[in-house]
Amino acid sequence: MPAIEAKKLSFTYAGAEKPSMEDINFSVEKGEFVILTGPSGCGKTTLCRCLNALIPNFYSGELTGELIVDGINVDGRSTAELATHVGFVFQNPENQLFSLSVERDVAFGLENLGVPKEEAIERVRWAMEATGILDLRNKAPYELSGGQQQRAAIAGVLAMRPSVLVLDEPTSFLDPKSAEEIVEIIAKLNHELQLTTLLVEHRLDVVSRYANRVIVMDNGKIALDGPPREVYNDQARLIGIGLPKVTMLFHLLRIDGFGVTNPITVEEAAADLRRLLAQ
Amino acid sequence: MISIENVSFHYTGGPDVLKNVNLEIKDGEFVAIMGENGAGKTTLVKMFNGLLKPTEGAVLVDGVNTREKSVAQLSRDVGLIFQNPDHQLFAETVAEELAFSLRNFGFKEGTIQRRVTSLLTTLDLNRYEKSSPFVLSGGERKRVALAAVLAWDPKHVVMDEPTIGQDYLQKDHLRNFIVQITSQGKAVVIVTHDVEFVAECRPRVVLLSRGKIIADGPAAEILTNPQAVKQASLVMPQIASLMNDLKDLNPPPNIIDAYAAKGFFSGKLKAKVEARAPTQRR
Repeated sequence: MPAIEAKKLSFTYAGAEKPSMEDINFSVEKGEFVILTGPSGCGKTTLCRCLNALIPNFYSGELTGELIVDGINVDGRSTAELATHVGFVFQNPENQLFSLSVERDVAFGLENLGVPKEEAIERVRWAMEATGILDLRNKAPYELSGGQQQRAAIAGVLAMRPSVLVLDEPTSFLDPKSAEEIVEIIAKLNHELQLTTLLVEHRLDVVSRYANRVIVMDNGKIALDGPPREVYNDQARLIGIGLPKVTMLFHLLRIDGFGVTNPITVEEAAADLRRLLAQ
Repeated sequence: MISIENVSFHYTGGPDVLKNVNLEIKDGEFVAIMGENGAGKTTLVKMFNGLLKPTEGAVLVDGVNTREKSVAQLSRDVGLIFQNPDHQLFAETVAEELAFSLRNFGFKEGTIQRRVTSLLTTLDLNRYEKSSPFVLSGGERKRVALAAVLAWDPKHVVMDEPTIGQDYLQKDHLRNFIVQITSQGKAVVIVTHDVEFVAECRPRVVLLSRGKIIADGPAAEILTNPQAVKQASLVMPQIASLMNDLKDLNPPPNIIDAYAAKGFFSGKLKAKVEARAPTQRR
């Protein structure tokens, strides 16, 4: 059973002239790490909003097609009902944190669900451990650094034990070092818990090494879908997605007649260049 | 010109957020302020239009101390675009959003229309003229916020994290746009974590860490300096990091972009092919 399955999914916002998302078909298997990217306004956020039924529950418009998440047809479901299946993490953690302590924030969703106290305590502790913030549990969210706040936001979502994690540019507000740490935590959770991960991101330099798959949207449709190394091709460049700079370097070297590989990380590029120069 | 002279700042009862900062930004200069979360970057740029006044020291905008002018007056000189566009957008349509401040400042209706039309085009917002800013994507709202400030043509422009939510093409437009307005003599200051954007634009980089300036110089020098990069919680741009991994090949210093790197490696590979050519002919 796929973790996400979309069939002929289309959505037009109320008052909009054309669909923001049109005829989307794809399926994601459990445990996949998928990057969703594409030019701004291409429909990425619209697609994400469908996954926990924010569309159509909170955004009116015309939704057609079928979407199954974690075995549940989302049609007619409430966003609250889906919260234990799909977890959402946003760009700015400040929008997601509001309690007086980290622990209370992480527990908030579980309390809302009416999870028994003992189980809630255990799940909150586990979520804080998994994100490395157990020692911060008594701090107020505003006392935390941006990176710690984003960990707390992820812990709050994780405590709900979703099987799909959707993150919308979760590192945009963080300094590069904290951003790296957050992406590493996401990758660890994906790997250890087989937590299906859908990461919306423009900065492919930062995230590509962790993903097994990249979906590129353009004009409301899926334009490319495959492993990063295959997707980062000329077509992706022309759609206007920012390829990792080492991938770009090898594109330039190919124009000069050198190199046939398509590295996506600095380490791969360094090894490929050494090999080329030794030949 | 914006001059920061011996500036220290703390919020009431709090620790020092800025500690004896000295900085001079000339007209037409493009400066990126970088550093870890909480380094004091946003606090520093809020001094530029008088939103915050230093606890010690002075901030001078074109020679005038920011203590001597109201924020409203200073805003005409220094346009500040916030990190979160939702803190500044409120009008019912994008066009009205852009016209709002111009009406406030008493511009003539004809001028207002001309400026709004021109900005909609420059920032690729034409199709949203009649849309509510709140139905737009995050990246698009950011461009509306930028356009709304540029509408009154401030002498200097400060942007807090302008690349968040922007795709590659939009960043390219932003870069061209910055070049264009600096060539008109405006100082442009951005606060950013986006090392790859900085590697492409190559502004002057001011690194701030724990309230102090720890480095100040051309992007190619600062972003290839491992100690400075580490201290400010940055990471090197990919190409700089690649060149660092391959330092035993003796690449020229300060390469931070793919084109320069290609020049070096392509040259080396061509030399190898040529060196091998005579043997092959034999």
